[in-house]
Amino acid sequence: MNQDVVTELADRPLLEAIATSYNYWITIFLMVSGLYIVVARSNMIKSLVGLGIFQTSVYLLYLSPGKILGGTAPILTEGAQIYSNPLPHVLILTAIVVGVATLALGLALTVRVHEAYGTIEEDEITLIVDREDYAEAGEDAETTP
Amino acid sequence: MAAGPGFDFAANLPALQVMVPLIGSVVCAVIRQRHLCAAITILCSAVMPVIAFMILWQVQASGTISYAMGGWAPPIGIEYRIDTINAFLLVLVSLMGAVVALYAPRSVGNEIRPEKQGWYYSMYLMCLAGLLGMAITGDAFNVFVFMEISSLAMYTLIALGSERRALVAAFQYLIIGTIGASFYVIGAGLLFLVTGSLNLWDIAQRLPEVENLRSVVAGLAFIVVGFGLKLAMFPMHLWLPNAYAFAPTVATAFIASTATKVAIYLLLRFAFSVFGVDYLTEHAPGGEVFLVLAALAMLVCSVSAIFQINIKRMLAYSSVAQVGYMLAGIAIATDIGLTGSISHMFNHAIVKACLFLAVGCIFFSTGVTRIENMAGIGRTMPLTMAAFVIAGLGLIGVPGTAGFVSKWYLVQAAADVGNWLIIAVIMVSSVLAVIYLGRVVEIAWFREPKSAVVRKPPVEMMAMTWVLALATIWFGVQTDLSAGVPTIAAAELLAGWAE
Repeated sequence: MNQDVVTELADRPLLEAIATSYNYWITIFLMVSGLYIVVARSNMIKSLVGLGIFQTSVYLLYLSPGKILGGTAPILTEGAQIYSNPLPHVLILTAIVVGVATLALGLALTVRVHEAYGTIEEDEITLIVDREDYAEAGEDAETTP
Repeated sequence: MAAGPGFDFAANLPALQVMVPLIGSVVCAVIRQRHLCAAITILCSAVMPVIAFMILWQVQASGTISYAMGGWAPPIGIEYRIDTINAFLLVLVSLMGAVVALYAPRSVGNEIRPEKQGWYYSMYLMCLAGLLGMAITGDAFNVFVFMEISSLAMYTLIALGSERRALVAAFQYLIIGTIGASFYVIGAGLLFLVTGSLNLWDIAQRLPEVENLRSVVAGLAFIVVGFGLKLAMFPMHLWLPNAYAFAPTVATAFIASTATKVAIYLLLRFAFSVFGVDYLTEHAPGGEVFLVLAALAMLVCSVSAIFQINIKRMLAYSSVAQVGYMLAGIAIATDIGLTGSISHMFNHAIVKACLFLAVGCIFFSTGVTRIENMAGIGRTMPLTMAAFVIAGLGLIGVPGTAGFVSKWYLVQAAADVGNWLIIAVIMVSSVLAVIYLGRVVEIAWFREPKSAVVRKPPVEMMAMTWVLALATIWFGVQTDLSAGVPTIAAAELLAGWAE
């Protein structure tokens, strides 16, 4: 995207700007809603869902500008002049793997937290932790391993 | 240097720096026999400083190293680009890695269940590889990949802690850390969209053409917030105290001394090398905001440290306060300020690792983590507490210790720009450090012993703690490495990459 295109975009009326670059608006929507879910929900699984949506928005941010209208797949063939940029696909493939690993680790931790505390609501866990802190502040509740 | 006809070690050091621990980690994950894994870990970690020092020497002798990974020439291929600052970072991370790895076996044996110890070593090496990778690479997306490698390993290390609260701490760090990494990747993506390049050097060359675009400023903002989360910039530090407090002590010592430093390095790299000082002063007048945040970190977190009952959490809050010092130097953005920041990264790593290792020795011998239960430890374990006190003096910044050198640079930098307020904050924060460390010293030395010493700390654990305690004094006197190299690095950073 070069300078001219951007200034051109900025000069357009809002509605037209939204319509012509709707991919970015979808990205922004997913980004913000994902982040909101992470912050607002105390359920650990829901937090992870929010995190997943947030990460997906990043995939879209990379992928959608890589596609050129009328472009073909980046393979050398007769008659193809314009092709889509393959680099974002490679990057996002890596990012998806990272995202899956993060999600898997997050879910594994959730399972362990459920085993240890009997709940996956962070509010309730905070209460339990606070109670433990106060109990500790009393007589020596120090545990030797 | 060339060893044999087939493989040129000297030319491939940058690749070895990352590949050795990465392969070691996979081998450990396959073997999972704890003694064998410990041996592999010590071997890999001990090789790291050798490689790092050779790289630093190469950089000092012949300038910036550009290593094309896999033979694919940059900017298309992934480039490992090493100049003075990241060579210095490699030395820092690998030295800390080596010390902690030598310390680890019996401390790990004490704190982690036997069947999980193999995994600990695997994750430790993975984390080391990730951090070294972040420090060495010159490719924006590669930074993200290594960041996630180190972070995922770190979450696992924290979750291995013996208390159940470690699980919650790890989960919270996972959420925050992933948001931080995603913010970074959004920022890098915006830069990629406008420049069409992922190679940091190449981006720096292309940015001047597009520097008036709003997406570039947005990209910078996303990158700064992303690293801010990773380096526990106040007020984005809330994940840190619990993560440090409940991780196994060895893991805490390693993470506390390296992870935040690498994130600060990346912030420096993006702010100064890629964007450049001129761009920052013109488009992103954030210097004052940074100074305010740094000052708040120094004051608020030092006060929080005073009220902690868990010694590891106290040291964790102190870490956030110390990050404030480093950020203050970066915000001042003069030659001396940057030197102070980079030097403080090194000195703080040594001091904080020493404190955590001493705490690990105490925990090994008595099972105590709460400060009030440490009564009389100074009398029953005088050697360990002596190391703790030396490192504590280093943290406070007493003349003759490492902490003094870098704080002196920071104060000097603040005086140069006439910012007396920040000097006052540095002084007050140091006094607060005297209070929270003095409280521990008072309880440990001047009260009747309360907790029985079950067993003496092992020789290698004591030895490593004392190596760092002596290093605290050594680098307070001999500053060629801890201040000389940062001076060169600061000059290179301020020069920027854009031609």
